[in-house]
Amino acid sequence: MSTIASAGPSLARLTLLHARYQLIETLRVPMAVIGTLVFPALALVFFVVPQRVVAENPVYATQAVISLAVFAVMSNSLFGFGLAIAENREKPWDPYLRTLPAPGLARVLALLLSTGGLGLLAVVPVIAVGGILTAAEASPARILAGFVALAIAALPFMLIGTAIGYSMPFKAAMAVIQIVMFALAFIGGLFLPPLLFPDWLDVISRFTPTRQARELVIWAVEGGPLEWWVWVGILAWIAVSLALALALFRRDEGRRYR
Amino acid sequence: MSSTPLARFERVTRRFGDLVAVDDVTLDIEPGSILGLLGPNGAGKTTLLSMLQGLRRPTSGTVTLFGGDPRDARTRRLLGSTPQETALPETLRVGEVIDYVGGHFPDRVETDALAEEFGLTDLLRRQSGSLSGGQKRRLAVALAFVGRPRLVLLDEPTTGLDVDARRVLWDAIRHQHELGATVVVTSHYLEEIEALAQRVIVLGEGRVLADDSVARVVAEVGVSQVRLEADEPDSLDALDGVVRRDTADDVQVLTVSDSDAFVRALVGSGIRFRNLGVRGATLEEAFLALTARRPADELVSSHGKELR
Repeated sequence: MSTIASAGPSLARLTLLHARYQLIETLRVPMAVIGTLVFPALALVFFVVPQRVVAENPVYATQAVISLAVFAVMSNSLFGFGLAIAENREKPWDPYLRTLPAPGLARVLALLLSTGGLGLLAVVPVIAVGGILTAAEASPARILAGFVALAIAALPFMLIGTAIGYSMPFKAAMAVIQIVMFALAFIGGLFLPPLLFPDWLDVISRFTPTRQARELVIWAVEGGPLEWWVWVGILAWIAVSLALALALFRRDEGRRYR
Repeated sequence: MSSTPLARFERVTRRFGDLVAVDDVTLDIEPGSILGLLGPNGAGKTTLLSMLQGLRRPTSGTVTLFGGDPRDARTRRLLGSTPQETALPETLRVGEVIDYVGGHFPDRVETDALAEEFGLTDLLRRQSGSLSGGQKRRLAVALAFVGRPRLVLLDEPTTGLDVDARRVLWDAIRHQHELGATVVVTSHYLEEIEALAQRVIVLGEGRVLADDSVARVVAEVGVSQVRLEADEPDSLDALDGVVRRDTADDVQVLTVSDSDAFVRALVGSGIRFRNLGVRGATLEEAFLALTARRPADELVSSHGKELR
């Protein structure tokens, strides 16, 4: 018998298939979705809106909204991917899906679409609150450009989350993600603006995907020059984290003993 | 063409640390039959199947599926399988689960036709978390057939089901086999293998112990278990067909080769007994009885556990 006669569904169809059912599964637990959508906007209300110095200055307020948007996308990506994958690996449904004829790439891409899409949706309330309650300002075209930049800059976070999910058990992933998230947020200038950094920290900061994401989105929304290290850095992070995520996915044999 | 095996294990060994789960196994799965994989828990059945599903790599040796590598997704397009535990995503509806799995295959059975075949028609709109154990099992087994597979792996398809539910599933599996699927079914119930399979492979501690027709293997391991309380237990040993006797609390647990002959002999012997119970031995018990004897205390404790 030669190898199989009929070709199966294309990679794109398999990706959409997995993304669709991942989304349905998520949406059947509405509280989880609401938490994802509301949390970043609440953070803006509590931490930025009351600081009138920031909230009333258009430039500062816009940058603060962008920083929180990047933080929202990053935490959604790291948690959404890292924890979902680590959790699924401990459930018997996941090994079953792996016996079906879909390449690893289709399942990774499907997660990017479903969880990644939800993460981007969580930015909408941040922008709404920022537009209404602070002096942040941007034209609709600029906001759209910001979204595109955010989607691109979010890829490394999703892939890092994927790599964490495939490399350790659920509880370990929880701890590691929290450390990675706060380290990246601080060094990347999401909590304190990089203007306040000493030179050595500023240099380190430029190597982080958070700083690169922040600069890319600010450039897309506010205009101005784009430093070369921003886009080179993002491309490098995407390449490295994609290779790592795929390698870990292929190596993975689930957590069950036999 | 038809003589080429659907799957082939060549000197396959799989280790987990110090444990050898599969030990130098060589076997072919030919098209056409229902093949039983029989063995006690831990014998290596599931590990063997997981290598065929591309979930695990052999430590040494080669596993071939449809002439290719099972770890390549394309090789698995004509393979169907069932999750071992009832592992269905609870929030998805039955129809959605079928479509999710079916969407992977180039030529799939329509959801309504599959539901009809496995008695799921009335359940299609229900979330799988709300199904009973038997309904979940039916859905899980149905999933193995949604892609019109040539080779189907069923890992303990009816574990935990009552007799009726088990027979319904067996009928569905036999029907699918008549339609052309080659089926590999693992079980630790001898009865299940007898009902379904033509050829049976017996595994023990990762090795192939027997590979033969079902009738011959059944003759070899087909034993029953008799429990009773007796005043003079030692005199039971002399009766017809007693392979082994264990004592757990006051209950005598006898492994016998022919339970009818044993009961006749018991009544004829005049030994006073109470609370007689007879049932087919599980495969694990048959193996315990027929393979090398273990230290007595280990035997007693294993039966004591079961008696609780």
